[in-house]
Amino acid sequence: MALETSVIEEKLTDKFGDKVTGYIQLKDIFSFEVDSASMADVMGFLKEDPLLRFNFLTDVCGVHYPDNSVDRQFAVVYHMHNWYDNVRIRFKCFLNGEQPEIETATNHFLSANWQERETYDFYGIIFKGHPQLKRILNMDEMVSFPMRKEFPLEDGGRTDKDDRFFGRKPDNVNNN
Amino acid sequence: MSNSKDIKLVDAPPGVEGSGFFATQLDTVVGMARANSLWPLPFATSCCGIEFMATMASHYDVARFGSERMSFSPRQADMLLVMGTIAKKMAPILRQVYEQMAEPRWVIAVGACASSGGVFDTYSVLQGIDKVIPVDVYVPGCPPRPEQILDGIMRLQDIVRSESVRRRNSPEYQELMASYNIT
Repeated sequence: MALETSVIEEKLTDKFGDKVTGYIQLKDIFSFEVDSASMADVMGFLKEDPLLRFNFLTDVCGVHYPDNSVDRQFAVVYHMHNWYDNVRIRFKCFLNGEQPEIETATNHFLSANWQERETYDFYGIIFKGHPQLKRILNMDEMVSFPMRKEFPLEDGGRTDKDDRFFGRKPDNVNNN
Repeated sequence: MSNSKDIKLVDAPPGVEGSGFFATQLDTVVGMARANSLWPLPFATSCCGIEFMATMASHYDVARFGSERMSFSPRQADMLLVMGTIAKKMAPILRQVYEQMAEPRWVIAVGACASSGGVFDTYSVLQGIDKVIPVDVYVPGCPPRPEQILDGIMRLQDIVRSESVRRRNSPEYQELMASYNIT
């Protein structure tokens, strides 16, 4: 028996009410939004419930939305997979732009350890309760969180590329 | 010694020759010896390293230029060949490898990434290895063909051949090292 998305929606609404919102089927993946304070509870429920059985955390990543209102400027995206019925879901938790903090998922999935470190490394999102929240890919001395939009993508130390010859201004910021 | 006409010998440096003796400058003899037995230390991080593997192998055969002995320890190497993108996280390691090499030592930056950062104009990539260590020869290309790498080695041989035996004591060299904070 396949797990229907209507069943997932019903069970989550029964259990969490308005903490889980915005149910939508986007192409082939069922998506919704979770209140960031309830993230760990929802994830635990999705994993442990005998019907839902989302036993695998496929991915954790961040998104920066600098144009959103201040309490929705960061998002953490979780992808989960039910291996028994082969159903995937995705949910987002929006975080405050000034103080992006969310509970760690490592209590439910040890695999979240590196994924959360990577998200911290690139977005500066703090995962509360993470066993070792430090940079994983970038060099330890780095002070910026490079995937945040305010940090330039390009290296300032480039000497052989004169922007005039490329018909543009530096850093691709205001290029019009 | 073989009688084969195919064997090419290095020309003797200019000097005074008579029966049973040959007099010349020490610098030129040592330079000639060094230039024709450069021990390479391949520091390969990406596709330029694959090109260097072809350069090492039988078809292009860097051994023809006296560099058949790859040294995978920096202690016994003369010529550091940096081939590929160097991430900023890798920069201190590259610097440590350079510092472990004994004098005299030379560096070739092979390919666009090692020379200038190449297409990787980004926060995580070192924009040319000359930001952390001095470079003697730059080989352009993305990646360069083995012929270009060989040409780079031959250009370095020219440098080595004409250099003073005691280059490391010269004020210019010490100033260069000081500018990189290498003692």
